[in-house]
Amino acid sequence: MHGTDLAIRAEGLRKRYGDRHALDRLDLNVPTGTVHGLLGPNGAGKTTAVRILTTLLRFDAGRAEVAGYDVARQPEQVRYRIGLVGQYAAVDEILSGRQNLAMFGRLYHLPGRVADRRADELLHRFGLADSADKPVGRYSGGMRRRLDLAAGLILAPAVLFLDEPTTGLDPRGRNEVWAAVRALVGAGTTVLLTTQYLDEADQLADRISVVDAGRIVADGTPDALKSRLGGDRIDVVLHRVDDLPEAATLLGRITDGPVVRDDDNRRVSAPVADRIGTLTALVRGLDERGVAAENIVLRRPTLDEVFLHLTDADRESDERDREVAR
Amino acid sequence: MTATTTIPPVPGQPADRLRWAVVDSWTITRRELAHWIRQPVQIVLGLLFPIMVVLMFGYLFGGGMAVPGGGDYREFLMPGMYAMTMLFGIEASYAAVATDASRGITDRFRAMPMAGSAVVVGRSVADLLHAALGLAVMVGCGLAVGWRWHGGLTAALAGFGLLLLLRFAVLWIGIYLALLLRNPEALVALQILVWPVLFLSNALVSPETMPGWLGVLAELNPLSATVSATRDLFDNPGWGGGSWLGRYAVPLALGWPILLTAIFLPLSVRLYRRLDR
Repeated sequence: MHGTDLAIRAEGLRKRYGDRHALDRLDLNVPTGTVHGLLGPNGAGKTTAVRILTTLLRFDAGRAEVAGYDVARQPEQVRYRIGLVGQYAAVDEILSGRQNLAMFGRLYHLPGRVADRRADELLHRFGLADSADKPVGRYSGGMRRRLDLAAGLILAPAVLFLDEPTTGLDPRGRNEVWAAVRALVGAGTTVLLTTQYLDEADQLADRISVVDAGRIVADGTPDALKSRLGGDRIDVVLHRVDDLPEAATLLGRITDGPVVRDDDNRRVSAPVADRIGTLTALVRGLDERGVAAENIVLRRPTLDEVFLHLTDADRESDERDREVAR
Repeated sequence: MTATTTIPPVPGQPADRLRWAVVDSWTITRRELAHWIRQPVQIVLGLLFPIMVVLMFGYLFGGGMAVPGGGDYREFLMPGMYAMTMLFGIEASYAAVATDASRGITDRFRAMPMAGSAVVVGRSVADLLHAALGLAVMVGCGLAVGWRWHGGLTAALAGFGLLLLLRFAVLWIGIYLALLLRNPEALVALQILVWPVLFLSNALVSPETMPGWLGVLAELNPLSATVSATRDLFDNPGWGGGSWLGRYAVPLALGWPILLTAIFLPLSVRLYRRLDR
């Protein structure tokens, strides 16, 4: 396919609604056979990017290729090679699961009998064979999403777009969807996953792009992104909430970074460079002050912390730019 | 990858494209027919509702209605009821399309390599089939309450054709509004708004009995054109040929729906294909 090993290649995508930039020169490269997470808050431009790459939305500037075909010029070729699983379970609730998949198969121009056989295969694979003839309206949330996922896989697409695939699902439904996605990835499908949930990206994605205000503000493996926050962190959970100020002061003195205080959980935390030195100093200091700790943990930062850090930093630099512009 | 997942060739020739458009439209029509089988109760209730209106106007209010120029009120009423059934069909068209658009099904269709026109064309075929069924039930109801056509079978069939033509125009208005609003809840507003369209026509009473300006509005109502024309074709009592609507009923009953379709069909297809929202 045009000698590229990139399943998705987007360069300088821009999309404006009025004077708001939904996408502001977004670049994205996703190698074939990998899972790429697009992570960002509501309104960051994740869904806009997915809608452009799945040929649903026209863009103002830039270039986009999916599965080797130009999104703007060869949308039909792209449509034969992608699956889209959106934020809603986009299936017919009155029809049965089998009728849904058979209908979508026909709309992909599979011969009737082939479409029916493919529907049965997919129902079986997603554990829906027992409910194949029940109306989808009576499926659970997790079952609906699995059917939705199956509908996106009828032609075994080269690239699967998952736009917030677990939004609104309970933990059980979410685990069902995650298991299904992992199985796909094992089979070599390229996946672009958008999510607001950091643990979801952490669990499923090989690489993550953090999107904010229509731009990629950071890009890398989950581990690399965590390292960008400044390495490990230390958490101290106290026995008494009154001791929080004392412990925060101490932690501020023996570490370099800002101390985060979480009163609800009686916890203070800070980034650390010298793990053992800090730990020793902390235990000694708490002991001297008579502060009882319930738990002390040295850990990698969570993606949540990375994400807040990155998007806040981005916003601050934006504000600085505006100051300068004035 | 199994053989089942081979990508079918993208159609290149116009003839291939047309074939896909027909096949895809039929797939969408079949989906709607499958809905009927899955929801027989809703279908039956939908068919019974206009019968209730016939009974209400025919027997409760009918005694107080005078037909200008004389004649049986129920013979006067039935063509109006047929046209009403066609008009109220807008609700079904709207509800189905708005539900799909709000749930992301329309997006799924649009991200598939199917013919762009198939979703709206398939829908319109299904709606016309539904309308034909509804009309057949209503004609049965009309025959039961004493309505007859007197002008010969050809004229009667022409009358039914004009009614389905009205339904065809109405369904494109429904599809257009649904793609515009993409909100199934707004159906309630539509269910209310169809009543003034019905009342402000010649379906139930003659516009001659209305205050002057209201009468003019009622004559301009496309519904009135269809009702007048079908009364002529069925040779049912109407009101005299004094007004221009009476004189040009059949051309107007053809012209109004064709005009509405010419406006709302392209708008609907454009809205469906529209990429720049």
